[in-house]
Amino acid sequence: MIALLLANADGPTQNLSIFDPASPPAESIRQLSVLVLAITAFIFIAVEGILIYSIVRFRRRGATATGEPPQVYGSKPIEIAWTAAPALVVFVLVLVSARTLWEVNVPPPQPRERDNTLFATVVGRQWWWEYTYDHYNGRALGFTTANELHVPVSEEGIPRPVFLTLKSADVCHSFWVPRLAGKTDLIPGRINSMWFQTDRTGLYLGQCAEYCGTQHANMLLRVYVDTPDKFEHWLELQQKDRWPDKDDPRLRDERVRAGEKAFLAQSCINCHAVRGTPAKGTYAPDLTHLMSRRTLASGMIPNDPDDRPLDDLKGSKLLEWVADPQPIKPGCLMPSFGLGDRKRGDIVRYLLTLR
Amino acid sequence: MAIVEEPLELARESAAPPWTTVLHNWTTTVDHKKIGIMYVLMALVFLVIGGIEAVLLRWQLFWPRYDFVGPDAFNQLFTMHGTTMVFFMGMPILIGMGNYLVPLMIGTRDMAFPRLNALGFWATLFGGLLVYFSFATGGAPAIGWFAYAPLTERTFARSAATDLWALGLIVSGVGTTTAAVNFIATILGMRAPGMALHRVPFFVWTILWTSVQIVLVLPPLTAGLAMVLLDRNLGAHFFDVQNGGSALLWQHIFWFFGHPEVYILILPVFGMVTEIIPVFARKVLFGYEFMAAATAAIAFISLGVWAHHMFTVGMSRAQDLFFIVSTFLISIPTGIKFFNWLATMYGGRISFASPMLFCIGFLSMFLIGGLTGIMLGAAPFDFQLQDTYFLIGHFHFVLIGGTLFGVMAGIHYWYPKVTGRMLSERLARWQFWLLYVGFLLTFGTMHITGVLGMPRRIYTYDADRGWALLNQLTTLGAIIQVPSFIILVYNLFASLRHGRPAGDDPWDAWTLEWSTTSPPPAYNFEVIPTVHSRRPLWDLKHPDDPDWQYE
Repeated sequence: MIALLLANADGPTQNLSIFDPASPPAESIRQLSVLVLAITAFIFIAVEGILIYSIVRFRRRGATATGEPPQVYGSKPIEIAWTAAPALVVFVLVLVSARTLWEVNVPPPQPRERDNTLFATVVGRQWWWEYTYDHYNGRALGFTTANELHVPVSEEGIPRPVFLTLKSADVCHSFWVPRLAGKTDLIPGRINSMWFQTDRTGLYLGQCAEYCGTQHANMLLRVYVDTPDKFEHWLELQQKDRWPDKDDPRLRDERVRAGEKAFLAQSCINCHAVRGTPAKGTYAPDLTHLMSRRTLASGMIPNDPDDRPLDDLKGSKLLEWVADPQPIKPGCLMPSFGLGDRKRGDIVRYLLTLR
Repeated sequence: MAIVEEPLELARESAAPPWTTVLHNWTTTVDHKKIGIMYVLMALVFLVIGGIEAVLLRWQLFWPRYDFVGPDAFNQLFTMHGTTMVFFMGMPILIGMGNYLVPLMIGTRDMAFPRLNALGFWATLFGGLLVYFSFATGGAPAIGWFAYAPLTERTFARSAATDLWALGLIVSGVGTTTAAVNFIATILGMRAPGMALHRVPFFVWTILWTSVQIVLVLPPLTAGLAMVLLDRNLGAHFFDVQNGGSALLWQHIFWFFGHPEVYILILPVFGMVTEIIPVFARKVLFGYEFMAAATAAIAFISLGVWAHHMFTVGMSRAQDLFFIVSTFLISIPTGIKFFNWLATMYGGRISFASPMLFCIGFLSMFLIGGLTGIMLGAAPFDFQLQDTYFLIGHFHFVLIGGTLFGVMAGIHYWYPKVTGRMLSERLARWQFWLLYVGFLLTFGTMHITGVLGMPRRIYTYDADRGWALLNQLTTLGAIIQVPSFIILVYNLFASLRHGRPAGDDPWDAWTLEWSTTSPPPAYNFEVIPTVHSRRPLWDLKHPDDPDWQYE
């Protein structure tokens, strides 16, 4: 027992409870669930109560009893009563479910000037998330990023809703961040949508909720809710092509240049894109601003810090991942390329500059 | 063959036949009782296999980021666990018990089509073996038991394991369908004189409706599986989205089978419980006609609720609403059944022999499964709960709390009839309490894990999610259940030799199977009985106050 407690003690526990909503759809569902729980709890107590009462009151006492108890064959009025009562409960449940359904399931509007609304497209892929930012506040965006969704926080009087268009590039997935909204599936050949909006900044966790193959368990979701300023800044950065910061001395590093050459010469670019370079692969996460992300492998392991010095790569998670992703995320679609130490180090140094 | 009687009592005792003869007798038999026993034994073997798979799954989830079986094996294990328990444990054990009991209960000598009956069993068994042959391809399929397209396409499931899985389910599906046709023909055409359709024992009535459901929904599944095979092997594009197929189509096809399947797995159990509770409460079933109507209603409504498994696929609000309504509607006839069981117990003189103990387990646990079903039926609530551990908890409360407890009640009730010996009550009680406690711990806890955001079918999770302790409790519950099943198997075999002789009618019951010897002769009844009421043996035992006066 002590071992159990110890195992669970390290690190703060994240909150993914559906009963702690931070967004209107999740809140509507919580209200519905409380009502449904109350009704079912009442039925539970009543029925189990009658069951226990019958067991205790009508148990056979000793062997003295002779003959059979009175035989009761049924009663039409009683049957009608206990058909009608559940029917009434069902009627109420249908009404409240319908009301909540209409609150939660809102068709997406068209982007308008100054609508404070973010429109993004989510593409589920084995086993990571691709995000394309379509519009914000009526402004067309059109850049692509991966695995970490950034959205603006709502403020008093200024709601900033987020509408997601959901698609899949391979098999069925499901987008689920419990505290923001219920889940909606991403199904190949279909276009779904969902929405949420929250007035609390922070990180909201979730994960793919529809079994999608080997690494379904590690298709994790991270939604960062930023202040409007921070979000605008992030948007500005993400919209840029590579080399946003010409003053970064690291760009003049010999090995970074060698790394870029190696990256563009290897099959990396068949799958990955770095905007502004010949790397235009669309099969794997866009790496243009890789170092602006805090995790790798779809939220599975921490990324290196974006200001990591380039002289020593010891303990670099990125290096570990590039060397061989398979021990970290077995079955993932990125193979080990068997690069030599030098070349691998160069490529990782190059990647570390993709801020 | 099985109808041939041994000429002399003495000859039977003097020399046991060589094992080859025994094997030959069993493999070539068309006797509904032997086929029934083989179905049940097969189901128990698959129960043990599926159970071992479940324990391995649970052990993998004991620690966060644990590396016990790894992702591939985990995904294969949950696919096989689900497939095994639904197709090769749940359905066969119910069909097997139906096979054994229906002809006895309606007072006839065999099923309508004895050879078809044997075909049904062997097809089911070989279907199960085919599915398990998939391990020989280097690993079982890793597609989940409902095998959502396009994960089953060649692109994503490259080995032949998925083909063997689909083939196995087609073969066993044929077996199941023949069994259903046979039940319908037997029940409609071969009842004893005087047993009008409104007088059949309730178990027979539920088997009839289960069979109707099987005939309506198993062929669509077979068609869907054939499409999967065509896609994989002949370049068809039914579910291949890249070439204009539809991934969603499979979900509709599968759940059109898959939801009624839940009722296929529970209706016969309702029947068993409805046979057992009156006998141990010493009271006639309360409201037979309403129970019968509720059964038919469930069978019909269950054909129109399938898309409540698909609330999250992005249907229109109107479609969602339709399936909310139909799903809630089904709770009304289910409620009627519940109230009638309670009313039957009310005012009775209840004894707590093992069959009744399991019935009470059934009543108390199935209720919870039903109520969590209402929560899942409220579509918006389902948006949160769908595909989480809450859902896993829910349907295990239905399939273990409901089906398994009910089947255990039935096994303990009819074992004396099948073998002529009583099961050990002491062992039965141990089995019951270990199962009850372990079950509550395992699946009760799962509801909380699900509410805290843990989806199903993940092979591991991060420590910071806060799910570790709950998963450890769940695994602990699974481990508590293990000895329960060991005790069951031991009790079943040990009591064959050491059990107290049962006599014809150990429970003082009222249906026809108790009027013949235990075990019944190959021909079941020397004289086909004539019945006048729903409780023919009550009429015999109480000639002064027969039932038919009141029906």
